[in-house]
Amino acid sequence: MKNLRNLIDKIKPNFEKGGKLHMFYSTFEAFESFLFVSNEVTSKGSHIRDNIDMKRTMSVVVIALVPALLFGMWNVGYQHFLSLGEEVTILIAFWYGFLKVLPLIIVSYVVGLGIEFAFAQIRGHAVNEGFLVSGILIPMIVPPDIPLWMLAVATAFAVVIGKEVFGGTGMNILNPALTARAFLFFAYPQDMSGGKVWISEKLDAYSGETPLGDALVGNFDNLPSTLQMFIGDIPGSVGETSVIAIILGAFILLFTGVGSWRIMLSVVIGGLFMGFLFNLVAVNEYMRLPAWEHLMLGGFAFGAVFMATDPVTASQTTKGKYIYGFLIGLIAVLIRVVNPAYPEGMMLAILLMNVFAPLIDFYIIDANVKRRKKRATIIINQSNIINQK
Amino acid sequence: MSKTIKINKGLDIKLFGESQKIITSVDSKKYALKPTDFNAVFPKLLVKEGDEVKAGTKVFFDKYRNNIVFTSPVSGKITEIVRGPKRVLQEIRIDSHPEISYIDFGVGNPNDLKREEIIKKLLESGVWPMIRQRPYSIIADPDDKPKAIFISAFDSAPLAPDYDLIVHGKGDVFQTGLDALIKLTNGKVHLNLNKSNIVSKVFSKSKGVQINYFEGPHPTGNVSTQINKIDPINKGDVIWYVNPQDILTIGRLFLEGKYNASKILALTGSEVKNPKYFKTTSCCCISELVKNNVKEGNLRYISGNVLSGTQIKSDGYVGFYDSQITVIPEGDYYEFFGWAFPGLHKFSFYRSFISWMTPKKKYRLDTNIHGGERAFVMTGQFEKVFPLDIYPMQLIKAIMVEDIDQMENLGIFEVDEEDFALCEYISTSKIEIQSIVRQGLELMRKEMS
Repeated sequence: MKNLRNLIDKIKPNFEKGGKLHMFYSTFEAFESFLFVSNEVTSKGSHIRDNIDMKRTMSVVVIALVPALLFGMWNVGYQHFLSLGEEVTILIAFWYGFLKVLPLIIVSYVVGLGIEFAFAQIRGHAVNEGFLVSGILIPMIVPPDIPLWMLAVATAFAVVIGKEVFGGTGMNILNPALTARAFLFFAYPQDMSGGKVWISEKLDAYSGETPLGDALVGNFDNLPSTLQMFIGDIPGSVGETSVIAIILGAFILLFTGVGSWRIMLSVVIGGLFMGFLFNLVAVNEYMRLPAWEHLMLGGFAFGAVFMATDPVTASQTTKGKYIYGFLIGLIAVLIRVVNPAYPEGMMLAILLMNVFAPLIDFYIIDANVKRRKKRATIIINQSNIINQK
Repeated sequence: MSKTIKINKGLDIKLFGESQKIITSVDSKKYALKPTDFNAVFPKLLVKEGDEVKAGTKVFFDKYRNNIVFTSPVSGKITEIVRGPKRVLQEIRIDSHPEISYIDFGVGNPNDLKREEIIKKLLESGVWPMIRQRPYSIIADPDDKPKAIFISAFDSAPLAPDYDLIVHGKGDVFQTGLDALIKLTNGKVHLNLNKSNIVSKVFSKSKGVQINYFEGPHPTGNVSTQINKIDPINKGDVIWYVNPQDILTIGRLFLEGKYNASKILALTGSEVKNPKYFKTTSCCCISELVKNNVKEGNLRYISGNVLSGTQIKSDGYVGFYDSQITVIPEGDYYEFFGWAFPGLHKFSFYRSFISWMTPKKKYRLDTNIHGGERAFVMTGQFEKVFPLDIYPMQLIKAIMVEDIDQMENLGIFEVDEEDFALCEYISTSKIEIQSIVRQGLELMRKEMS
């Protein structure tokens, strides 16, 4: 530890201003602060500071994603061997999935962090940790067999167009991971939908539809059991199939307070509300689907827990979070059931509400402003009355 | 009629080093007036090095408000005038005489004096700067008529001094000080007490004031919190506020006819061997107080509390408004994977650290920032420690982009930088919020004048 510190102190001058490697300062700083929390002390304002920092916060989210990720790796293998009709042990299935998913994670991190480091250096600020989360979210919401170049293009698009052009971390309007997903969905639709892509290297004869794909075309008999959807041993994107693994992650986010319970709760309520509304109308099979089953289908749970709660792109006011979440749930189910073109509505619902979140906040804050102005005018009126007397 | 106001939002940071309730007299020889203690004051000197002064002799005045003068707290000799970068006046150092001689301002019962006479006496004796105003937390303007005067009789900040102890047995002096304040406003004088602590009879038996009880974590004791809950500030309103200890000084001015700046200071903090109270005089040098009384190591000396105090040197001087000195360790060390460990022994507002399991534990906190500055990412956190009916993050952002209208709309007139100290403490992005708020207040003050 001490030797490592000495080594860092020795090479540090090369990266500082005037050093030969100054162009890599942000990269150096990112790695240094990863290894050692800085020795910087407070110089103004509060003399003591909380132990929390962005690394800690982001690593909590990454930890919360681990159950869904591990399950996803196993499921990739399980679905593959299932489609071949082979029975294998959990470990073999996991190993197959691990080898499939690991390259996705590496590509996403290398491309994304590379761009982040470059922008941090150009802009002259420290590397923000936000991409640690985006970089793992992206592989979890794509089909397992996605070509790596496609993933790389989508990641680059998400980081540059989704984030950096708006000013970088904290300024982006759209969730970067979902921006990547949406880019793939619209740029390469044949690789992102249909019955072929959800199972890794499957036999052509085997039906590989996701439950949502079946539901869209009215194959409700093909839907897996509720228990299956809850556990998640069904075809789908890498990390989103297992509701139980996602709930485990949700518990971590809620307990540590990193994820907003207001958003998660209101997304669920919004989805249930729309589901019940359809149940009441019930003019076709899809509308008759029990409202609570919508929560288990597709990316609803994953979106509610990990995507809608992104603090940068969500509504920032307390009241706004309820409205924002409710509308995400509502629109997601609406798109699923009513729009025949898209089997899954969660991605589009969240992206749409990302765009509207600032508007929601505007009205919530405006109410506070109006309250303050009203308070002032009441007092002015009172004093006028007193003066008139 | 007194009422109780309960406040839920906030945070009590539990630190080692609370002062024992013992008061020791200490003779300091060195004193200094620091013009930097006063927001928006442009000092013009009235003395030069070598001059002899009495307690109450004018030392400097404010260039923009000539009638606001600052006087020497002790009698003695001006030894040094310290200037900083750009010749900014930083300290006027005074070596005191063994026996303090006072300028006589004449005794008087505030109840028999007119408002103008009270103001005149406060101004010429240099006691006036103890009365400050919201908005902007600057020294009150003698020409204003405040809609109310607020006195927070308790401090909720970490290791804060106990005002009950400080005013103990000084009921007459305190009441005389209050009588003078009552004459200054047509509105109410609010005396705000701590519901959950023993309240000194000096406070609870005060006459002519509105007594309110408050309950809850820091920043309940901050005067902004109390104003916001009782009589919020609107555009154009002015509210004055005074520290309890300064009311004693005002009381003595009327009872004794002199500027008697004697003060009780709490020496606190984990690095103090024997934390206790000292009876001394305002603006004294701390070296006598901390001599042989602090632990080894690289230490940070703070005039005030850990959240909103001012850093001073080990031979620095206590601030004009401060009743507390805090000594904590500096945090200039690297921590290997410091962000990654479970954190059983690390205090945090957040449950990302497992120290949430021991909520009653006290901590020895240092000055390490524990991370680098980042963009705003997390939301909904500041609101948990900010009890005012204001959107803290939105206001901070409005200040950062210098949007005057939006700052006003979001309530900048109601706040002071100390109200954001907890937001700054818990900030995941390590943003220097208090100095941002101070810049905003200064910008606003200049725009409005």
